[in-house]
Amino acid sequence: MRLAVIGAGAVGSSVVELAADYGHTVTAYADSQSAAIDAGGIDVDAAFDRKQADGIVGDDDPAAAVEGPYDVLVEATPTTLGDAQPGFGHVETALETDRHVVLANKGPVAERYADVRALERDSAGSVLFEATVGGAMPVLSTIADFDPEQITAVRGVLNGTANFILSRMGAEGLGYEHVLAEAQDMGVAEADPTFDVDGTDAALKGAIVANVLSDGGNEYTLADADVEGIQDIEGSALELAAEDGHTVRLIVEVVDGEVRVGPRLVPEHAPLAPTGTRNIVQLETEHAGRLNISGRGAGGPETASAVLADVGRL
Amino acid sequence: MSDSTDEVRSYTVRLELVDKPGALLDALDPIASNGGNLLSIFHERGNLTPRGQIPVEVDLEATPERFEGIVEALHEAGINVIQAGAERYSEAITVVLSGHLIKTDLSDTVSRIQEATNATVTDLSLSAPEGTEAESEEPSSARIRLATEQNATQAVIDTIREVAEDKSLRVIEPLGPGGDL
Ligand SMILES: NC(=O)c1ccc[n+]([C@@H]2O[C@H](COP(=O)([O-])OP(=O)(O)OC[C@H]3O[C@@H](n4cnc5c(N)ncnc54)[C@H](OP(=O)(O)O)[C@@H]3O)[C@@H](O)[C@H]2O)c1
Repeated sequence: MRLAVIGAGAVGSSVVELAADYGHTVTAYADSQSAAIDAGGIDVDAAFDRKQADGIVGDDDPAAAVEGPYDVLVEATPTTLGDAQPGFGHVETALETDRHVVLANKGPVAERYADVRALERDSAGSVLFEATVGGAMPVLSTIADFDPEQITAVRGVLNGTANFILSRMGAEGLGYEHVLAEAQDMGVAEADPTFDVDGTDAALKGAIVANVLSDGGNEYTLADADVEGIQDIEGSALELAAEDGHTVRLIVEVVDGEVRVGPRLVPEHAPLAPTGTRNIVQLETEHAGRLNISGRGAGGPETASAVLADVGRL
Repeated sequence: MSDSTDEVRSYTVRLELVDKPGALLDALDPIASNGGNLLSIFHERGNLTPRGQIPVEVDLEATPERFEGIVEALHEAGINVIQAGAERYSEAITVVLSGHLIKTDLSDTVSRIQEATNATVTDLSLSAPEGTEAESEEPSSARIRLATEQNATQAVIDTIREVAEDKSLRVIEPLGPGGDL
């Protein structure tokens, strides 16, 4: 397949780097200011060198990359709330010209799921978005394999930063601010960790799962989720939980058409209490009990592997 | 959650005691010595049964097997068991509250939860880094374990949320029914 990779950050650059290993050709690559376009395949090393040296990937216009020669548009620009732009516009252009879309960007399917599906119905292209929930973990494809109707509940730890903070506070008896600063130093938390610690990122993933489970029924957005974050959680709360064999985790719960995100008490050794940045999703199925999927929920190569798995499914 | 027989459940036992010193202690001994865990004792002094005895209601936790042994032991000790095994309390919920627990009157918090819900607080642990003086500015946390009727856990949690919101406390709720996922 010929790929147009829009976004040249951790995810976009990893997709470009790994595409050839999966047998695909990158024919367009764009960041916010520039693009490299070549119908025969761009010079990947040259694009990486220029991004490194000059902050641009080539001499073309990013808009031309979205219009350009490709079979699949890989959307890896920043997740935005509300209108989900610029990602949504890229999805629109690709589908209107009957090309496929694979999303890493959560915005379009968390905030405008019905719009995306409507565009897809009128297009010969389709949209896949495995990478938006749980990075490398095959959450959405497992739900699809089981059939959403067979899934009665989905619970999970879907934000590595929040999980790192909580598990470290629990293990070391350290305060929230201290552990957050440490996570930032280690590069686990971003300079602005707001969406990770206030539950927004986890809630977007919950909304995506709810959209997939409702299968064209109700549409979910961030506004439909009941969200509480972990900011300034008391160290003493984790201590008391531990005395009782429990711990605290930021849990996303999608049950009975409700999306809820918040810190919850879970048994210390339960599957839903992973440590560090690890993610886990637990599917409750109608006939097969509980199924746990755990792994790395973020990271450039991890997320790119989910993107490329989607490309393979098209 | 499983149906195994070694699972601890809550039971309510109604006893009739003769009105003489030490009767209550004599009645509680068979419970403790047969592996029961006392949750609460409701001793209606002044209120007599038709037979002129004192009614006492005891809530306890035990495995079903041990509970049978307890009832047997009570009979053997000559204690009149009016009713046993009616499982008034069969679910345990644990929550953690954080915030200005002392300043916002923890005992009031607890009694409001109990009064509104029919639940009984069976355990309370407080962690207050700066001591428990009412004027303490440091937030503290409390772990509260409640015994409640089956199918009432959601109502209890909703009440805890309401009371906590009133007092600007953070509630960390258990995950799933009974919290044991
Ligand atoms: N990182 C992860 O582990 C992970 C996991 C799952 C999903 N995601 C999602 O994947 C997406 C990309 O994540 P990331 O970590 O790679 O982000 P990132 O490092 O911040 O990179 C974002 C890239 O998008 C580019 N961009 C911004 N506006 C653009 C526009 N209008 N046209 C073309 N390119 C534009 C930026 O260009 P400049 O370089 O010019 O600034 C940058 O290269 C996000 O939506 C994120 O939520 C990430």
